[in-house]
Amino acid sequence: MLNPDLVGRTFTGAASTTITQESITAFAHALGEENISVAPPTFGITVTLAQSQTLLQDSGLDWTRVVHGDQRFEIHTPIVAGMSLTCECTIESARVVAGNEIVSVKADLLSDSKLVASTWATLVFRG
Amino acid sequence: MSTFTVGQELAPYIFIINRKKLVIYAEASGDRNPIHLNEEIAKSVGLENVIAHGMYTMGLAGQYVSTIAGSANVKEFSARFIKPVVVPADTDVELVMSATVTEVNTSSIRLEINAICNEVKVLGMAKALIAL
Repeated sequence: MLNPDLVGRTFTGAASTTITQESITAFAHALGEENISVAPPTFGITVTLAQSQTLLQDSGLDWTRVVHGDQRFEIHTPIVAGMSLTCECTIESARVVAGNEIVSVKADLLSDSKLVASTWATLVFRG
Repeated sequence: MSTFTVGQELAPYIFIINRKKLVIYAEASGDRNPIHLNEEIAKSVGLENVIAHGMYTMGLAGQYVSTIAGSANVKEFSARFIKPVVVPADTDVELVMSATVTEVNTSSIRLEINAICNEVKVLGMAKALIAL
């Protein structure tokens, strides 16, 4: 169970992630995208997923029972190689529906304190 | 630049998904959850078979909408994962991607994306805002 006190709290990932061209290329090619000058629109998930996972593991939820419910991206600046991204995660809500715990996490990606993208994920922890 | 009209349907594209591609996506994304890679584990947690990462399906939808004006011009992108894409061993699964223009502005368009696998809609409320 998620501690209800954690809802609304923001956590900043300890380490920044420096984006390499190799990681953009591998991600783009996995999706069949040939243009590798900027990252594909969903690339941010490679940073936010790991950060949300860490955040929620610390919060006592069982990650092995997670299903991705939905995902949203608002992209202000395309991600390119060389960016150093930090991730700020906020648990926006947590509720129990039919025995499943549904947690909404907002994750902002920042480069030099400027917002690159905001992402929202709904994660369903099957009860 | 081509012009767009509300209600216009974009040409569909068929993506092929198989186990090998899921392994490549798992490595590239860092999401190595075994339900996307290992049949035994997938079945042990009650799934019919290995399923594609929701983010892989969404990533393919992102690639599809990126063909309009490039990845750099996808400004908003969202989807619900309503049905799994089941990927049996040694099978090429077809994912049919299409989109309808829902809004036309001076410098952007909004799209509703349809992702169909075995005649079942796998993404819900899949939408994108594309800058032109």
